[in-house]
Amino acid sequence: MRTIRNGLVLALGIALTAVTATACGGDGKQETPAAAGPGEQVDLTLATFTEFGYEPLVEEYQKLHPNIKISHRKTGQGGPYHQDLITKLAAGSGLADVTAVEEGHLSDVLDKGSKFNDLTKIGPATASAQRWLPWKYDAAKTKDGKVIGYGTDIGPLAMCYRKDLLAAAGLPSDPEAVKPLFATWDSYFQAGTDYVSKSGGKAWFDSAAQNFNSMVNQLPSGYIGTDDKLALESNQGIKDAWTKVTDAVAKGQSAKLTAFSNEWNSGFKQGAFATKVCPSWMLGVIKEQAGQENAGKWAITAAFPGGGGNWGGSYLTVPTQSKHPKEAAELAAWLTAPEQQIKAFQAKGNFPSQVQALTDPSLLSQTDAYFGGAKIGELFAEQAKKVQHAQYKGPGDGQIQENASSPALQAVEQGKAAADGWQQLVDAAKKITR
Amino acid sequence: MTVIDNAVRAGERVSPRLTFRQRLSRWDVKVSPYLYIAPFFILFGLVGLFPLLYTAYVSLFKWEAGDDHPDFIGIDNYKELFADGQFWNAVGNTVSIFLLSSIPQIIIAVLLAALLGGRLRGATGWRIGILLPYAAGLVAIGIIFANLFGPKYGLVNGLLQTTGLDPVDWQASRFGSHVAIAIMVNWRWTGYNALIVLAAMQAIPRELHEAALIDGAGTWRRFTSVTLPLLKPTLIFVIITSTIGGLQIFTEPKLFDAMPGSNNGGSTNQFQTVTLYLYQSAFENYDLGYASAIAWVLFVLIVLIALGNFFLTGRIAGVKRK
Repeated sequence: MRTIRNGLVLALGIALTAVTATACGGDGKQETPAAAGPGEQVDLTLATFTEFGYEPLVEEYQKLHPNIKISHRKTGQGGPYHQDLITKLAAGSGLADVTAVEEGHLSDVLDKGSKFNDLTKIGPATASAQRWLPWKYDAAKTKDGKVIGYGTDIGPLAMCYRKDLLAAAGLPSDPEAVKPLFATWDSYFQAGTDYVSKSGGKAWFDSAAQNFNSMVNQLPSGYIGTDDKLALESNQGIKDAWTKVTDAVAKGQSAKLTAFSNEWNSGFKQGAFATKVCPSWMLGVIKEQAGQENAGKWAITAAFPGGGGNWGGSYLTVPTQSKHPKEAAELAAWLTAPEQQIKAFQAKGNFPSQVQALTDPSLLSQTDAYFGGAKIGELFAEQAKKVQHAQYKGPGDGQIQENASSPALQAVEQGKAAADGWQQLVDAAKKITR
Repeated sequence: MTVIDNAVRAGERVSPRLTFRQRLSRWDVKVSPYLYIAPFFILFGLVGLFPLLYTAYVSLFKWEAGDDHPDFIGIDNYKELFADGQFWNAVGNTVSIFLLSSIPQIIIAVLLAALLGGRLRGATGWRIGILLPYAAGLVAIGIIFANLFGPKYGLVNGLLQTTGLDPVDWQASRFGSHVAIAIMVNWRWTGYNALIVLAAMQAIPRELHEAALIDGAGTWRRFTSVTLPLLKPTLIFVIITSTIGGLQIFTEPKLFDAMPGSNNGGSTNQFQTVTLYLYQSAFENYDLGYASAIAWVLFVLIVLIALGNFFLTGRIAGVKRK
């Protein structure tokens, strides 16, 4: 009896030591990535956030490539998704073979470019630069010339507005007639002043940050200069945009509804504002939030203050963590090919970023009954071509927009003086880039 | 004497070597108990002590997530932290939300327990009823309350306006946001604490109340002189757990922010708590060293406040008892 118990104790001790040892030394071995042999079963993971419209495409790809099995990880919100991405990048494991990155977070990822595969080296020949709009392709280049992402959709900007509200205030409301109002930011804010006085104090736009972000996105470089240092105070364009937007807030043009908040959603239903900067993907948001009861009240026109602009859109990257980088790059190239981009556009409205897709008849003929039958395919293709260049975005740019400029503008809307708000923005941006 | 001594010594000297079996059994007596309790300590070491110490180690570095070679900077993170206005602002917010939630929460919990301890029809139903908020998902509560306290279309402001009062911009005002968050916390935790207090109240011997009754003590006098002093150990427990919970408050302020996913705690950090700032430093700014320093300062703060509460409770509830 005794010996049996002693044996048990010993075994327990050994088991515990083993558990502790495995728990501590649990890091996976670094396998050398190699292309799988023909016919060999390959498991790929694909990580996306919100809606990419990839579900049917994933099925289709698996049918075309019987040896490939794709597991698709979908996340609801972009913010947590990208935090998770950076954490896993730091941890050195856990990232999907094909990992989507949103344009606003691209600068942080480019900063860690060494942890991604150069797609010009491992990608198929069909996925060459000519496929994409030049500014879309160039934005995913690291400083040393690696291309780490294939462009998926883009967010060309146009202006959406409430036809009925403009008409009620005695302003032009026909899509052609409103174009002069939306020609420049000055004319836009001037029209806002008109609208506020003629409508008895109703708001012209949803929130200051939405306009400010669009204005900053139009500049050659954002909050960070090309030397990767904070250029907020020396960038006159940003300061001008700040002045214009906060003036408009002071004149009562803002509905003060933080984008994507519950209150903002309610604001669409209540008709709380008359105009809205509209990247192509915003149409779906408006339809969902304003609801069927407001169908036909919203309209869109092919004009945007200050020319064109881009807001949003994503890239598909292949992290070096991937064990099957070649297969992953092939999948990414296929998903971003013109035919598939058109399908994703028809499924979820993600606007294609490829030259060939932009002239595709099925895209150009796309109309939207909710927006008074506007030819949205043609309209956004036109707006996409107005974008001149990729804006230079240094590391931390997206974070400044989210955690410095948007809160500062929100504070101004809540009653802070514009000058104090600017100081808040500068201080917060300095903290982020320190 | 010496003879016996010598005999014993001699006996020891000549005692035969222990057999393997005997030595094993001796080891069994000496070592086995430690092995039996080892799982707890190993687990505690792995998930409790190690992170605690490793956090202290990380806090001495400028350590960006993904950094292969973080720089050792000594106590610079702490120096910077103590000069950081945003941190002190977060400490102020945390303490304010903690006081606004814990104090009413415990008072109401004790009163609720007193009510539930009396003669009630369907007592079990009421008791389960007050625990229901605790069973609701925290995230769901956060989202619902953020909706209720919406500045323009929220129900609370709607009610205020129908009664002729001015609406409050709950997210913009510092005090307003603290009150709203404290209400969220109280709604969830009051019932839970009330049940714990109720259990302790039921354990108070009836004889004490009867004796007090005979001495001519009224309901209130019996409550303050019999019930409260005997509740002291339970109150200490409730206060310490709510101190720990209250100072670590995270989900409610995070979900209360109008900007989805934001860790700013409002446009000017008016309701950013210490844990929210810690989370922002670690997982949004990827500044792990700084975040670790915040974690340690928070730890010390919790210990200090819990100790303070402990002594305070001792004074309040234990004056006449010994």
